[in-house]
Amino acid sequence: MENLISRYRNLTILAILLFAQVLGLAIQVKRSSDNTTTRLIRIWAVDAVTPFEKVIVWVQNGTRSLWQGYFYLRGVRQENRSLKQEIEQLKIERASLSEDAHQAHRLQALLGFKEQYIAKTVAAQVIGSSGSERSRSIYIDKGSRDGVRPDQAVITADGVVGKVLRGVQDHVASVLLINDQTSGVGALLAKSRSQGVLRGTPTGEVVLEKVMIDETVEPGEKILTSGGDRIFPKGLTVGTVTRVSPGPELFLNIRVKPAADLNRLEEVLVITEEERREPAVASTEHLRAADILAQRLPSVPDQPAEATDPNAPPPPTNGLKIAPSPNAPPSAPAASPVETKPATEAKPVATKPEPEPAKPQPAPESTPQ
Amino acid sequence: MPITYTSHEQVEVYRFSPPAAVLIPLIAVFLQAFVPLRFHFFAIFDLPLLVVIFFGVARRNPVSGMLTGAAIGILQDALTPSVPIGVFGIANTVVGYGASSLGVRIDVDNMASRFLVTIFFCVVHEITYFTVASGLVGITVHWSWPHELASALANAALAVGMFAILDRFKQRT
Repeated sequence: MENLISRYRNLTILAILLFAQVLGLAIQVKRSSDNTTTRLIRIWAVDAVTPFEKVIVWVQNGTRSLWQGYFYLRGVRQENRSLKQEIEQLKIERASLSEDAHQAHRLQALLGFKEQYIAKTVAAQVIGSSGSERSRSIYIDKGSRDGVRPDQAVITADGVVGKVLRGVQDHVASVLLINDQTSGVGALLAKSRSQGVLRGTPTGEVVLEKVMIDETVEPGEKILTSGGDRIFPKGLTVGTVTRVSPGPELFLNIRVKPAADLNRLEEVLVITEEERREPAVASTEHLRAADILAQRLPSVPDQPAEATDPNAPPPPTNGLKIAPSPNAPPSAPAASPVETKPATEAKPVATKPEPEPAKPQPAPESTPQ
Repeated sequence: MPITYTSHEQVEVYRFSPPAAVLIPLIAVFLQAFVPLRFHFFAIFDLPLLVVIFFGVARRNPVSGMLTGAAIGILQDALTPSVPIGVFGIANTVVGYGASSLGVRIDVDNMASRFLVTIFFCVVHEITYFTVASGLVGITVHWSWPHELASALANAALAVGMFAILDRFKQRT
């Protein structure tokens, strides 16, 4: 026996080494929810590599900012001019959008809707990657000391990047990118509002799964986070549909181009705090959403007192100007605000007083649907 | 240049100074983790694997070859948070053993043999990784022969230049 072992010494050692690693793999796979067994090895490895990466990133950034801030200022004046123009355009856009936003907030407040707000973010530098085509993850230079915790969302200004993985160290954290095959993001299509799950593929592409085949999805449609995974706040840009084809079973096969350039990440934001609160209604607090809605709906003109139908219900006492239901008969009582819910898309309709005050006027043809 | 079959006595066995033996794998792993961030195409290379092959064929000692492979592989695994530790470890152990065993039998100090040996071990590495990842861990691994062969060729081309640089750290026993 001893002879046999010494004769095949190398093969024996190879078998022992492989067996030990296979055993280690089996233990990790079995305890997949708790990776404390390998945590120490990962910490050592990260500690061995990331200091060099931090130094290089620091030198690189320093050199770049020195160059761009002090030496290479060509075209800055022109850029300044174009930025000013852009600001002007954005101001105009902002003015037109703010009124809609106020109305949306008022409606949300009316419905008791609570929005998710990104309350706090931490900016981080990307200092490394897993270095393998098989796994798509990056390392950032912020950790638990900076408020980074596992399962926090990581984004850029362009869109979603990934989520923080377990094993966050004091000043380093690893982030699983959305194009890794083990990643999953709750997402929805911006137009159709169909929900699905965004996953990475072994080749590093991103696909949207679990969208039924009878949904209409077109290339170019935007994809947003749905908030269903409780990691990414709702409404963040994820990417754009690039290709749609029938997939397995009853689902579509939707290829997605991520909005954030996952191959060239330098700086990211970690969402360290979210808040759920009712939207603040700013300047027009004294006006209620129902008032605004009522103003935009066709209304019954004020009736002379003597012409009032004695069978009609008493007028509302809350100051609402209630519009008649589009389908209601002329003599029917006016619709309640709840029934006018579709009027969120209503366009203001001008009404003019009619010469015959006794009859309530039917709704005009342009009544919103 | 031809690949020559040599007896055990004819081949030279090299060793490396402790700093070189530690720093070369560390630098390889570091570059592998850092460079693809700036140059994405670099992800096709596998510098730690090339270091395992280089140490294996230079030392010509299967035990040291497989231990080096296991250590570098586990270091790679440790930096890959979504994969359990041991997948790269097993693949690199096999490559380390194979490279050092082959180094005993053939002359791998010329460019042509280095090129061919690297292609061979890159494919062995990928097959082992694929088997372990999909068979033992249950990770879906995409396999494409054109991609694997292109990757092996790219690594072999890089290996020729890289091994020439690393030859400077060799010390004769």
